[in-house]
Amino acid sequence: MTERLNEDQPIFIQIAELIETSIVEGDRLANEQVPSTNEFAKHYQINPATAAKGINLLVDQGILFKKRGVGMFVTEDAKQIILAKRQERFYTHYVQPLLQEAKRISLTQEQLLDFIKEGFSHED
Amino acid sequence: MKISATDLNKIYKKEQALNHLSLTLEGNKIIGLLGKNGAGKTTLMRLIAGHFQPTSGQLEINGQSPFNHYSITRDVCLIQENYNFYEKFTIDDILKISAVFYPNWNASEAEELVTLFKLKRKRKISALSKGMLSAVGIIVGLASHSPITIFDEPYIGLDASYRSTFYDLLLQSYQEDPRLIILSTHLIDEVSKLFEEVAILHDGKLLLHEKAEDLAENHCIVSGPVKEVDKAIEGKQVLHQSTLLGQKTAILYDQEIDGNYDSLTFSKASIQELFVYLTKEEVVKHGDRN
Repeated sequence: MTERLNEDQPIFIQIAELIETSIVEGDRLANEQVPSTNEFAKHYQINPATAAKGINLLVDQGILFKKRGVGMFVTEDAKQIILAKRQERFYTHYVQPLLQEAKRISLTQEQLLDFIKEGFSHED
Repeated sequence: MKISATDLNKIYKKEQALNHLSLTLEGNKIIGLLGKNGAGKTTLMRLIAGHFQPTSGQLEINGQSPFNHYSITRDVCLIQENYNFYEKFTIDDILKISAVFYPNWNASEAEELVTLFKLKRKRKISALSKGMLSAVGIIVGLASHSPITIFDEPYIGLDASYRSTFYDLLLQSYQEDPRLIILSTHLIDEVSKLFEEVAILHDGKLLLHEKAEDLAENHCIVSGPVKEVDKAIEGKQVLHQSTLLGQKTAILYDQEIDGNYDSLTFSKASIQELFVYLTKEEVVKHGDRN
């Protein structure tokens, strides 16, 4: 988790998304501990209350759970919850801007699809 | 701790430094006190520290006026931009006096910080560079562990690296011993992430006082084609707008945008940008003036 914070979104949301990404990418598995409020505060030089708000957001969504006196842990369903959430917004967050730019620079549907196929073929 | 200002007025050097200011700061939080030069920040902080009395109105800490009440002022540590310490004292003297004055003084923390900032304890205050002087202020402020700790531009002359060290130290010290910390600075971009709340003074009055997260949520930058943006912001209170190459950007504060706008993008400004748009004097071209 060394990504830098930016100005485009409230910091607590960025903290929540950093944790989510680490869970989706398999860096943090179910029942593993995530960094504490204080660790986030120190690493990113942010107010601990801000870090706590980001973490609590994930608790509310069933992605993290609290073990009293120990810390915050990843729930069993965390990955599924995050995948569902992120897949749902994939169209508006990624596809729509992609189509907008494609239109702007006169890319055809075929060219766009070719790019995507090419991208997938480089995957392995 | 609770600091409450009620209809507070202070005329300082014939200027109305504070103008019917009402404001409450409470809880163990790091609060950013922002404002342009001359907005009244330093006057407010000095009133809190009991340096002088209000011209009218009330300034109370836990229900009592700090002026001439050591039972209150011993719980307040104000570190100013300069003139914090008597010139003929050595750093050692300052630490010894602070230990007597501040009930929660942490001597071992002060020692560690003196080493961290590479200060020579036998040096006189008058022989210190601006950066070293600021370091002494920071050390006293942190080691005082005062329930109300106020830093008013504490790092004149400190380089970016030592400033970053200061932010680390402040956070660490706050986490170990949560207390009410007020931080006033013009380097907003550097510190805004440390704030839990932000209060902005303007012309001696309170312009806004909000949680830092709410400030981030309560505004938006709308950009897109001029017509679309104009439609979206019609009848709204706009902080700032500008147009270039057929694209328009507008910043709204405390306003909802209703409806769906595919061609618009929404983003966020930093606290520093918001501060600038909220308080800036517009430059008027010669000839435009009436």
